[in-house]
Amino acid sequence: MSAATNSDVGADAPAVHYLNHDKSIRSWLLTIDHKRIGIMYLVSVSIAFLVAGVLAMLVRYELLSPGQDVMTAETYNKFFSMHGIMMVFLFIIPSVPAVMGNFALPMHLGAKDVAFPRLNLASYYIFLLGGVLVVIALFVGKVDTGWTFYTPYSERTSDAVLFMTMAVFVAGFSSILTGLNFIVTTHKMRAPGLTWNRLPLFVWGIYATSIVQVLATPVIGITMLLLFLERLLGIGIFDPALGGDPVLFQHFFWFYSHPAVYIMILPAFGIISELIAVFSRHPIHGYRFVALSSVAIAFLGFLVWGHHMFVSGQSAVSSIVFSLITYLIGIPTGVKMFNWVATMYRGSISFQTPMLHALSFLFLFAIGGFTGIALGVLALDVHLHDTYFVVAHFHYVMMGGTVIAALGGLHYWWPKITGKMYNERLGQIAAVLIFVGFNVTFFSQLVMGSQGMPRRYYDYLPRFETMHEISTYGSWVLGAGLFLVMFYLLASLVRGRQAPANPWRAATLEWTHATSPPDEHNFHHTPIVTRGPYDFRAVELGGGDGHAAHAVPGTAAPTEA
Amino acid sequence: MGDKGTFWMPEQASKMAAEIDSLFYFVFWISVIFFVGVIGAMIYFAWKYRHRPGEEHIPDPLPEHKATEAAWIVIPLILVLLIFTWGFKAFLKLNMPPPNAYPIQVRASSWAWNFAYPNGTSIGTELHVPVGRAVKLTMSSDDVLHSFFVPAFRVKFDVLPNRYTSVWFEATQVGEYDIFCTEYCGTGHSGMLGKVVVHTEKEFNEWLQSSGQGDMTPEEYGQVLYTQQNCIVCHSVDGSPGVGPTLQGLYGRNEQLQDGSSVLADENYILQSIVEPNFQIVSGYPPAMPATYATLPAEQLDALVAYIKSLAN
Repeated sequence: MSAATNSDVGADAPAVHYLNHDKSIRSWLLTIDHKRIGIMYLVSVSIAFLVAGVLAMLVRYELLSPGQDVMTAETYNKFFSMHGIMMVFLFIIPSVPAVMGNFALPMHLGAKDVAFPRLNLASYYIFLLGGVLVVIALFVGKVDTGWTFYTPYSERTSDAVLFMTMAVFVAGFSSILTGLNFIVTTHKMRAPGLTWNRLPLFVWGIYATSIVQVLATPVIGITMLLLFLERLLGIGIFDPALGGDPVLFQHFFWFYSHPAVYIMILPAFGIISELIAVFSRHPIHGYRFVALSSVAIAFLGFLVWGHHMFVSGQSAVSSIVFSLITYLIGIPTGVKMFNWVATMYRGSISFQTPMLHALSFLFLFAIGGFTGIALGVLALDVHLHDTYFVVAHFHYVMMGGTVIAALGGLHYWWPKITGKMYNERLGQIAAVLIFVGFNVTFFSQLVMGSQGMPRRYYDYLPRFETMHEISTYGSWVLGAGLFLVMFYLLASLVRGRQAPANPWRAATLEWTHATSPPDEHNFHHTPIVTRGPYDFRAVELGGGDGHAAHAVPGTAAPTEA
Repeated sequence: MGDKGTFWMPEQASKMAAEIDSLFYFVFWISVIFFVGVIGAMIYFAWKYRHRPGEEHIPDPLPEHKATEAAWIVIPLILVLLIFTWGFKAFLKLNMPPPNAYPIQVRASSWAWNFAYPNGTSIGTELHVPVGRAVKLTMSSDDVLHSFFVPAFRVKFDVLPNRYTSVWFEATQVGEYDIFCTEYCGTGHSGMLGKVVVHTEKEFNEWLQSSGQGDMTPEEYGQVLYTQQNCIVCHSVDGSPGVGPTLQGLYGRNEQLQDGSSVLADENYILQSIVEPNFQIVSGYPPAMPATYATLPAEQLDALVAYIKSLAN
């Protein structure tokens, strides 16, 4: 690891910090410390990711050859449905905001905690309740609807779907409360001098996400409630047998679930902005454009849901309007991509694990974006819709984008969260394995999709066999990379060396003004901010030792009372 | 079968396919150019400006160029609007069948396709169409959502239970092409397949005249219908009981009826059981068979009876 001049300053662990000031179980379960809540989320969503990931590996294994390999069609349908539901509602939506947002947002703001710490804890337990309901639905019966719950099929299959819709309904409240909390925190808890133009871009990302969470999530709640009422009381809403309209369900579902895509990707954009700036030692290029493009995406994200429905039976006029607006969303996204690459220009770039993930993100997300453009083309979508092309596209965005960014963020903040350094060499190997495995798994799916392979197929025609085989082999490499990450991160807790306060020589407050791991109240005294979040020269000249004993120039520490 | 398609796209067998593929490859190459540009720059910068050991220089921040930011807003905007316009025009063509298109009615049910022709011919699984003539499918579903997809024609549209939807195409090559259901519909979703059989105009008319029998014997044709008309779902031919009684050894058997009487299963009994299934219910089975088979053309009923006769012990 490229040891920097001051990266070992403050390497002595603080004797008392947020992890050990009270070790009782009770102090964890009832904690209102945003950092501990972040860790509880981290453990929970990691379990969801592990289970849903293993389901994905089994699904891929079944598809190794046509016909039945290891499971029946019913089991297969249950597995891919559970994979989707758990990944979306229990992993990816809470992943970056609830884990890294909880941990890093208040520290980025120089605050002691979020605005409503108790609400924060409540939102965790609501999330947990949603998770429990998912597990109940798993055991009660078959949920084989896919994560989209399209009517009328979802109303004709087993009753376990009711538990699942309830789970989605409940988990939604957690998302709303977290979003609300973060909006208020960002407005009211910024340290003195931390103006909007000095906010780290991660904060902008989380802020834009929170707005979408608060405005869009109620709609999925209402939709699930209507589904529930229709099934229990026989009120005709979506089921044609009762006089309802199944296309209406799709409108409601995507009115939430398309903005939800931005709930998933906007925080990832935030992480990538941090990583690229820090590891290029260069302020992010076009800061205001990158910041405001997040807000633009959040806004436009509400106006494009119909692009999931070009062949659903919605009117052709609607399809045309939705297609046009879909392209507009590509513009702010492109602005981000260009600015990230421009940030590297004339930088001083190092390739630790978080940066490898950031570069991997740029590559994979670019493919996700371009395939998205192809899908937005009206006449092309007619051919590509509901094929593996779509499956591959959203995995490039959701996994190649969000999950890779989340991995980058997890490695970036790991020393701050745990106070331990992970094995850098293993980290780099895993990043490369994941990148290669991901492309082998999903690029083959792009090809078979445009060749006409429909999604959600248990069995397939012989001519798709080669591509399915390649995809399954890729999933093994991808799985190996992810298990390697789990292995060395857990090992670092036991054997990792003590992390310095600022191992990456970053310039945001959690690195320059707090120890690793931080004090229970984050900072010894509230930082006063007089510079931007990417002023690396200030860090180099002055300090960033985590104690603010050598105050970074321009961040004067008030004398202690 | 014609060409085998390209790396990305399957064979082209409809009039629209070539245009859709040009559109695809236009988007593809623009994407490739931008991808190579952006990712190439990323790799080049990563190598050129890599941190060198011992170097402790902090690079100067770059000023923000309004012109650059404006350029990478405006240029992509022009390109995507171009792509949108092309996609929009092709979409209009996909949505506007010529007024003289040949009409075929499509019914989807879990998990089978059925195609009905203007002359009353009705056939499952296989959609027979003439080459070089526009065909318009009017589609509806008996139960949940399905979706009609023929990759070689580049057409797809959802099939709904509460309204008609339609697709049209003009096949350009004689041959057989796959039909997939592309809206998830449960356990048998991946088995809900079909074939488009494209004939020359002359062959198509002959096929239509014979109601799809072609040069098969009545027994062979009956066997095809047994699958196509979904008899197979409830009636086995291997002696095992299903929702309805097995057809094996039915002809010439004495059937016990629900009202206690019995009847000899001859041609008339078999025919009547198909067209009026609830008239005589076999003991031990529910009166579950739909009466829709009464509308099958006479030659198809004859073929089914002939097939069932051939299953006699």
